[in-house]
Amino acid sequence: MTNNGKFKPTTVYVTYIAATPEKVWQALTDPAFTAQYFFGRTIEIEPKVGGSFLMRMPDGRVDMKGEVIEWSPPRRLATTWTIDWNADMRQLPPCLVSYDIEQAGDSVKLTLTESYSWDVPEALLSGGRAGWPAILSSLKSVLETGKPLAVKMEPPKEMMAALQQVVASKPWAKS
Amino acid sequence: MSKPSFVYVTYIRSTPDKVWQALTDPAITERYWYGFRVAANGRAGEYMTAIDPDGKEVHRDVILVSDPPRRLAYAWRPLYDEFKDERPSRVTIDIAPVKDQVRLTVTHDDFDEGSVVLGKITEGWPSVLSSLKSYLETGRALSTPVWSSASEAEVSA
Repeated sequence: MTNNGKFKPTTVYVTYIAATPEKVWQALTDPAFTAQYFFGRTIEIEPKVGGSFLMRMPDGRVDMKGEVIEWSPPRRLATTWTIDWNADMRQLPPCLVSYDIEQAGDSVKLTLTESYSWDVPEALLSGGRAGWPAILSSLKSVLETGKPLAVKMEPPKEMMAALQQVVASKPWAKS
Repeated sequence: MSKPSFVYVTYIRSTPDKVWQALTDPAITERYWYGFRVAANGRAGEYMTAIDPDGKEVHRDVILVSDPPRRLAYAWRPLYDEFKDERPSRVTIDIAPVKDQVRLTVTHDDFDEGSVVLGKITEGWPSVLSSLKSYLETGRALSTPVWSSASEAEVSA
């Protein structure tokens, strides 16, 4: 079991959705839903702690993969993430991505938290900070209107530059 | 160290004109801002008004930038007792078209270290902006603001 305590939150995004916790849970874990709002990615996830997790791109390549750390439908889902589409990204220690689902009046509060076990440079977080609002805005639209948004996005240049620096210096290996 | 600030981005299937109107016209804010009437249609240097559902004036904000339908910035000065010790902070709202959608960015900054207001607005903006998105995309706003569920939790605790 991975020690969650060593992961520190770096990015938090909250959205409120007119849906039930069960529908939000389904949207997070069902590939027919993720394909609509997660830049076309389909999720493959084993429904148990310790199970495998990955997100597949429309062309079949693996975008990111990891392990299920918490599987508590319909309240909390946490997985580790290693970005797989880029050789430098594969060298980084996995981050932890968690979703918390809470009833809030007659809607649902969804909280996304991205956490790291090492002192990650801000620039490396820019991809997630740009991507999560697009992904979760689209998820909300899918659940409330049946129709996703269509936001195109490229990995930020500052993130790719920072990536090369950290892979060269490997700050996570220093205690 | 970066200064304390809050940034929230949401994408809405709407037009910049409709988003601008929704942020500045009290007849529309009342629908999604949980009953608050926010009038922000003035020019730079003029006051905005914000009236709570009981008819009480709750803010004395000064418009800093009004560039419809792209940018609205104002000095955020709540009149609530719990915030009275803090100087005004700054809200900047950017509206950018992205195909048939709008990217709405709210940046709330110029806080002092240890600001109580920063903690409150970090909870409040996602609640308001989620309701705005629902209202513009579906015609129906969300019904329970985060500050209401928080107060219920305090009562039951």
